[in-house]
Amino acid sequence: MTASLKINDLHVSVEGLPILRGVSLEIRQGEIHALMGPNGSGKSTLAYTLVGHPKYEITQGSIEIDGTPLNELDACQRARLGLFLAFQYPVVIPGVKVADFLRHAITNIRNPNRKEGEGLIPMREFRKELKAMMDELGMDGEFARRYLNEGFSGGEKKRMEILQLAMLKPRFAVLDETDSGLDSDAVRVVSEGLRKLAGPEMGVLIITHHERLLEYNVPQFTHVMLAGKIVETGDASLARELHNEGYSKVRLRHPEEAAEEAARAQGRAAEPAGV
Amino acid sequence: MATDLSTAAPEEIGIGDYQYGFHDSTENYTFKSRKGLDREMVEQISAMKKEPAWMRDFRLEAYDIFLSKPMPSWGGDLSHLDFQDIHYYMKASDRQEQSWDDVPDDIRKTYDRLGIPEAEKKYLAGVKAQYESEVVYGSLQEDLAKKGVVFTDTDSAIRDYPELVREHFGTVIPSFDNKFAALNSAVWSGGSFIYVPKGVEIEFPLQAYFRINSENMGQFERTLIIVDEGASVHYVEGCTAPTYSSESLHSAVVEIIVKRKARCRYTTIQNWSNNVYNLVTKRAMAYGDSLMEWVDGNLGSKLTMKYPAIYLMEPGARGETLSIAFAGAGQHQDAGAKMVHCAPNTSSRIISKSISKSGGRASYRGLVKVEAHATGCKSNVVCDALILDPESRSDTYPYIEIEQEHVAIEHEASVSKIAEEQLLYLMSRGMTEAEASAMIVTGFIEPLVKELPMEYAVEMNRLIELQMEGSVG
Repeated sequence: MTASLKINDLHVSVEGLPILRGVSLEIRQGEIHALMGPNGSGKSTLAYTLVGHPKYEITQGSIEIDGTPLNELDACQRARLGLFLAFQYPVVIPGVKVADFLRHAITNIRNPNRKEGEGLIPMREFRKELKAMMDELGMDGEFARRYLNEGFSGGEKKRMEILQLAMLKPRFAVLDETDSGLDSDAVRVVSEGLRKLAGPEMGVLIITHHERLLEYNVPQFTHVMLAGKIVETGDASLARELHNEGYSKVRLRHPEEAAEEAARAQGRAAEPAGV
Repeated sequence: MATDLSTAAPEEIGIGDYQYGFHDSTENYTFKSRKGLDREMVEQISAMKKEPAWMRDFRLEAYDIFLSKPMPSWGGDLSHLDFQDIHYYMKASDRQEQSWDDVPDDIRKTYDRLGIPEAEKKYLAGVKAQYESEVVYGSLQEDLAKKGVVFTDTDSAIRDYPELVREHFGTVIPSFDNKFAALNSAVWSGGSFIYVPKGVEIEFPLQAYFRINSENMGQFERTLIIVDEGASVHYVEGCTAPTYSSESLHSAVVEIIVKRKARCRYTTIQNWSNNVYNLVTKRAMAYGDSLMEWVDGNLGSKLTMKYPAIYLMEPGARGETLSIAFAGAGQHQDAGAKMVHCAPNTSSRIISKSISKSGGRASYRGLVKVEAHATGCKSNVVCDALILDPESRSDTYPYIEIEQEHVAIEHEASVSKIAEEQLLYLMSRGMTEAEASAMIVTGFIEPLVKELPMEYAVEMNRLIELQMEGSVG
């Protein structure tokens, strides 16, 4: 049975400010969805809300995996249900080695009922698996001994996210601008990595401004977000159109959301400096 | 979601997870002093030890100094420390044994629970186990004894190596140095005496383990380490005590002499129960081209005031202090380091990492001093503090006294909190909030822990995890 990640009429506020205004989306295992939209339209807000960032408050609507509601679950519980976010800005965790972190993470994800302090997966088995995966993604084994994201270049951080995705094998993966800030070689590496990983067992939501990631991972569905709503859904050709022509036609087709977008931009500009 | 501290049961928020809070009966003790301190008590301790007159006089002089010095008004809160509510001398067994089988049952079981005999078999070159005021067990690898290495308790050393002891005792830390050094000098008992002869390098650590068992106990060990030219030693001390509702006092003096081209590393894993005042004076004198290192881990105690010092006496001497402090509920760790550059071309480094949580307070207090004629000195100080919740506190008191222009001194300090984004990142990979916090804390001290021998690194991480367990608000 294929499971689905179902987002229903989702409204989200950050510090009291409404950002998402009714987003509905269903992703089944094996599907690739692209989410596009101009800056500030709410794409990253959706990603953070899905993963369970405590700052993002759901004021209405629901998120479910396979019928299990996620609204009240924390990030850890969501991860153990098979949800993964490749962060746009992965944080540095000083002093924590990539290998130690991954061994811990994998143990928890594979034994979702594990209690704190219970044993980790055997070292030998883990090392073998990690090495095989790093070879496949063309990563230097030395990565495993470095501190998590410390001193990593932009490309290395993104590859690190892909490595985690590969090791954790989630049912649903959200990639938040995994291709941004990378040179074309790095985009190719990440894109090929994702293509190897995505399959019938994984539902993928790719948030992107660019087209490159989508060339390697052709979406069945493309969604366009404007001012906190999904205003259009199409196939891969919609992604190409947006890439070539920008969002002006979308705005013309959806004047109400475009007006809201303009009002938000003005609101931001009107805020006193430093707030 | 996060545990709500206001409704969580104590076991859920990590209060009372100190593992070593048990105690033995004191019924079969050979000697228990009454509570309180006076001249007669000092004389009685000296008489029981059948000491030479010079030591008796040394104690009595120190007692007068102790009386004449005011309580320190800085550092931690000492207002509840009552010198008359403490037992100054307790002897649990008659003699020191060379075999664990001969150590009285209760005491042996305690050390078994602390894992000392097991560690001894695996990776130690020698052990001293002090229980209350006296050392109850001692060992040293035979080949080291043959090379002339001495590892004994300080009382025995006064009998067996009178000249060596008298030449150095109280020279690094004189009784008038501070009130607690004077107190220790008056009532000291036990502690380690180590002599490493010229050129002898001891590969595995020598370990001393200090255990307080009684309520209202005062433990005052006195350690003297002499590392002769070109020799090297790594000494490790651990300490625990039962949890009582009343306070105990631990006030040690540690004197170290590191001669030319010698190396000494002194590692402390201090894990006293939260009712112990830990007021310790530690100082080393490092001579030409030698290296002295303090690795100072403070996890336990109610209040610790401890600033291991290194006097760099001759050119080429190097001093390094790595300090880790963890202050939990009801704890104040006032720890740090002192580096005194008394000679040209000497160098020092201080790295301090502190963690405070659940209302605990961690303070770094340090001094770097360069004397007038000491040209070409280098010193580097880095203090990082991690505060886990808004109830907890961290302070930094760096003192720098430079009487010389041609020096290179660097000081960096940082205070950080666990960022919400770090927790989210780790939790989104399946860690619970508690696991994520523990992982961030372990990473924070990693640069210091990796300096420790593997067994101690494992122990340190385990202790930190215990402190962190289920403790997230």
